[in-house]
Amino acid sequence: MNWVKVRRKLIDQKYLLLMVIPGIIWMLIFNYTPMYGIIIAFKDYKITKPISEAEWVGLKHVIEFFKDERFFLILKNTLGISFLKLIIGFPLPILFAIMLNEVKHNRFKKVVQTISYLPHFLSWVVLGGIMITWLSESGLLNELLLSMGLIKEAIPFIAKSEYFWGVVIVSDIWKELGWNAIIYLAAISGIDQSMYEAATVDGAGRLRKIWNITLPSIAGTITILLILAVGNMMNSNFDQIFVLKNTLNADASDVIDIFVYRMGIQSGRFSFATAAGLFKSLTAVVLLVSTNTIVKKINNTSLF
Amino acid sequence: MKSNRRTKSEIVFDTVNVLVMLLICFVLLYPIWYTVVHSFNDATDAMMGHLYWWPRKFSLDSYKAVFKSNEIFTAFGITAARTLIGTVTSVFFTAMVAYGLSKTELIGRKFFMGMGIVTMFFSGGLIPTFLLIKNLNLLDNFFVYIIPSLFSFYNLIIFQSFFRELPKELEESARVDGANDFLIFVRIIMPLSKAVLATIALFNGVYHWNEYFSGVIYINNTNIQPIQTYLYRIVAEASSAEMMANMPGGVRSTTISSQSIKLATMVVTTFPIVCIYPFLQKYFVKGMLLGSVKG
Repeated sequence: MNWVKVRRKLIDQKYLLLMVIPGIIWMLIFNYTPMYGIIIAFKDYKITKPISEAEWVGLKHVIEFFKDERFFLILKNTLGISFLKLIIGFPLPILFAIMLNEVKHNRFKKVVQTISYLPHFLSWVVLGGIMITWLSESGLLNELLLSMGLIKEAIPFIAKSEYFWGVVIVSDIWKELGWNAIIYLAAISGIDQSMYEAATVDGAGRLRKIWNITLPSIAGTITILLILAVGNMMNSNFDQIFVLKNTLNADASDVIDIFVYRMGIQSGRFSFATAAGLFKSLTAVVLLVSTNTIVKKINNTSLF
Repeated sequence: MKSNRRTKSEIVFDTVNVLVMLLICFVLLYPIWYTVVHSFNDATDAMMGHLYWWPRKFSLDSYKAVFKSNEIFTAFGITAARTLIGTVTSVFFTAMVAYGLSKTELIGRKFFMGMGIVTMFFSGGLIPTFLLIKNLNLLDNFFVYIIPSLFSFYNLIIFQSFFRELPKELEESARVDGANDFLIFVRIIMPLSKAVLATIALFNGVYHWNEYFSGVIYINNTNIQPIQTYLYRIVAEASSAEMMANMPGGVRSTTISSQSIKLATMVVTTFPIVCIYPFLQKYFVKGMLLGSVKG
């Protein structure tokens, strides 16, 4: 393309460009400036001076992070919680969607569906507040367990590390079960009904039809969401854990994101915290790309 | 004989299925109901426990305390303001950029799209973002709720996939009449896109209503904290709620524990969303699908 043509195009598209450029500027400021800011992971940054004046220190902070006494603990917490979410939290919405689809009464189905979305619209602060109330020593759970004689004295569930992962998984499922089922329900409603009719003629029962028609038909959707879930394993649900964590359960609630917050914002170790954050983002990208590649090889379904 | 047996197993299947669905509904609703019951019960009485289904000693004291508190009132104002301003500006801004970028003939389109896609997979992270906000003088500034969430590339993709499906004839006839691209966007595209605008507005609105962390990390001035941040603070530090119940002009601290004020604030905060979401169901279901197919 020669210059005259480009100029003509620029003039033709001046309104379009005026609409697009503010978005580009926004991205440069709010996405790309922080990406540039990652360089403080390799510098000794002090908040009183601009980034450019800080001294280069190479991999000092990265090595310090790997050698930190809590490094393996936070890695274990991050991946442990994500792994449990994956094996318990991931299949449940699929199961729920399939079962809901089998409900024959349409109004009932609709009501169940509407109720199932409700918890998604609660904030994590509200839900976390409810969880903390229920799990406290005078809370509902202790009340029930005591009155059934299952425990002798109240257990402060939220103040103990050993229960924390369970609290996170259960509250996550409670909040997102119905919401995450939306996609599967839509995929199921797109299945050709004549397949079910043919199966019925062949004498197949409900479970058989679910196993041989419904599940294979939504396998593609499941695969894509699985890739995303695995690619997301390094990201904890910050909003959730930030509400539920406390100093007493820190050994189970200290995930990378929380660690970055504590080190950077609370202790002012900006360079060190940025190095920890960079480790997380890089591993997340590698995880996403490799899961995608593996699934593509096996299954021929992929995200990109 | 055979068909009879199959009907029997069908009945068993259906019964079990419906029972499981009812159980799920109960499990999802009960925690919310429990919170409502406790917020309407006398606080001292609630301390005795075993309060499950209906207020034992009905009392509005917790709600009176909530509505009397200036801090809570201000926080609600901030939440309402950020939800309204944040949603309107973000939806308009993102839609405008999306419309421009949906034109395949646009100069540099590939480059701009690439820039956006990178942001979906990689970000600067918490600390560099915090430093940016600080350098922009957005700390302790109401606009920290609005400007950093003005644009979303994820929503841009949803908008784009919708704009591409729109009929081209109207745009072309407007162009012949001499309208420029911006006017076409405002006068023709926006009115045709009500469904997708409503979907994104709903997601944005819920985000603004429920978001609490920017109030924790960027705001020290309690006069500009949103209600969720206020709630976070009383959830995290139960002691601050004790203080509120004992404040001058507050209702007697014997009838109100920090616990019941917390519950009443939660109910008041959640109430508006619970009332409107069932009516917007078709929009968010559609939005989820658009987002998942193209995203």
